Amino acid sequence: MAVAVAEPKSEPIATRQAYGDALLALGQAYDDVVALDADLAVSTQSIKFGKEFPERFFNCGAAEANMMSMACGLAATGKVPYASTFAIFAAGRAYDQVRLGIAHNELKVRIGASHGGVSLGEDGASHAMIEDIALMRAMPCMQVVVPADYNQAYRAVLHSYEENDEPMYMRFGRPATPIVYEDIPETLGNGVDVLREGKDITLIATGHMVWRALEAADALEREDGVEAEVLNVSIIKPLASEPVLESISKTGVAVTAEEHRIAGGLADAVRTVAAEQHPVPIFAVGMGDEFSVSGTGEACMEHFGLTSRGIADRAREALVLKPIVARGPLFGPEWT
Amino acid sequence: MTHLRPVPDPKPRQPDPEGAGVPTIAELERWATVLRIDCVSMLAVAKSGHLDSSLSAADIMAALYYRILRHDPKNPSWPERDRFVLSKGHAAPILYAALAHTGYFPREDLMGLRQIGAHLQGHPDMNRTPGVEVSTGSLGQGLSMSLGIALALRLDGLDDTAHVFALLSDGDIQEGQTWEAATAGPHYKVKNLTAIVDYNHLQTDGTTEEVMDTGDVRAKFESFGWDAVEIDGHDMNAIVEALERSRTLDRPAAVVCQTKKGKGVSAMEGRFGFHGKPPSPELAQEAWEELEALYARQSEALQNGDSEGES
Repeated sequence: MAVAVAEPKSEPIATRQAYGDALLALGQAYDDVVALDADLAVSTQSIKFGKEFPERFFNCGAAEANMMSMACGLAATGKVPYASTFAIFAAGRAYDQVRLGIAHNELKVRIGASHGGVSLGEDGASHAMIEDIALMRAMPCMQVVVPADYNQAYRAVLHSYEENDEPMYMRFGRPATPIVYEDIPETLGNGVDVLREGKDITLIATGHMVWRALEAADALEREDGVEAEVLNVSIIKPLASEPVLESISKTGVAVTAEEHRIAGGLADAVRTVAAEQHPVPIFAVGMGDEFSVSGTGEACMEHFGLTSRGIADRAREALVLKPIVARGPLFGPEWT
Repeated sequence: MTHLRPVPDPKPRQPDPEGAGVPTIAELERWATVLRIDCVSMLAVAKSGHLDSSLSAADIMAALYYRILRHDPKNPSWPERDRFVLSKGHAAPILYAALAHTGYFPREDLMGLRQIGAHLQGHPDMNRTPGVEVSTGSLGQGLSMSLGIALALRLDGLDDTAHVFALLSDGDIQEGQTWEAATAGPHYKVKNLTAIVDYNHLQTDGTTEEVMDTGDVRAKFESFGWDAVEIDGHDMNAIVEALERSRTLDRPAAVVCQTKKGKGVSAMEGRFGFHGKPPSPELAQEAWEELEALYARQSEALQNGDSEGES
């Protein structure tokens, strides 16, 4: 039985809803799909699967370490487990269990990590996971997927079963966010989509920052006459370097945007590719060396500058640097 | 493996190569001695690893691999096989010895333990070593992994036949995650899971009583809803009986085995200070002599038709 693809959404909706919907669709199509949760099934939306397939759903209670190791055992015995909890517990509390049992064994386990980033809001610093991408990027053999909206998230979950057998960490968000993709995309492709073409600067965003990057590009065009190219990185690891290099070699300057620590996150991934193959100034929008605070999700995003205005302002700063860098080294050999 | 020092004559043993049927208690005891001898050899060559932790589990492992487990070394991925998970992954040498002797890979491989290019890693690796079900080594995770395996077998309708045995150390018992799994096992009503505790009372920094007293482990498992028994982990009759019984129950079972770390080598037995330390050449020689003398006595007894064993 082929998996059912949902009707695309057009109104703002959380990516975790797509996780729940697509997981249910996978369960209906494939008998070997099992799901686990750690007492957050309503929050992560794995409850939809759990209600329809109670025998294939294991609520582990508030015991994330046990859940991740159980997922390892299930996968080692031929099942395809989707283990869901908040990003803070999936990547933080159960790091060692994910590392040894899932990544090291190269097992087909999917970690559905919801409530990633500061847009989790009111729960504050103890729950707002802002270094999960860094942890999971550093972990050998672990893929990192961060979809931009409901429609792409739905595809990402199908992709995780049908297109790929390696360990995968998937990050979803709590709040309803605007739609970026009109349809459920046919594929995740190489994980980097050019959503808007431009010649002056590249805005490289992931997750909840993608729609904000598109807004920032609009603002830059409107207010500064700048043509910004916008890239959505849905697969942060392994990062497809070609589309990134193609864009930054055209524009000569870039800004990354993520709801995550700049250290170890998308910014580091992009800067690594650029530094080795096409060095250009790359500014970053993201979390500095600080924890989140309590507030509404949107207020937290504002507080840390994770907004379209934040991206546009960084772009303007980067653009100031562009002609200086383009001129070449101030004291290069040709000056002497 | 030419880069290795010549093996200090481990005297390969092939007791009862054509011995069909179920091994007797006395034969199992002799197999435990064979596995112990190989552990000493592996560690003497590797000059690294956990010998005393392997020796305390030798009797349990012999019972499992020669009598309890339904497995097929020629077909390690047989879906209906019983599973064994070495939660105390640092005792890898005893697992490797059992896997090699039962035919998962050549015995010569044992001398590659912990060497670059060899498949026998310091801790068990499912993707490198045939017969290893899941990778372990970070304490506390094995019982959870075993629970996941048991549940997957149930989903496949195999939980009446395929049983999962996890071997835990007292270190595993100190890890909180073990008790997450201990809570979950009875909650999911699994009946094909047995936790075996190799309770040897010694850990890296001292006795478990000094470092972190784990108390009455049997009573703890029982209070978590497990069928829990406590036995002498070097009494082959008791081990076989407890493990065979455990697979007939309708709830998860814990078999707490009181053991001695370093069992079989008098200089190490129950003594602190050997955890994670390979034997010196002198100690290895002493161990071989003692174990081979035991092997000779056990063989003699077997030839005299004594199938009840020494103990």
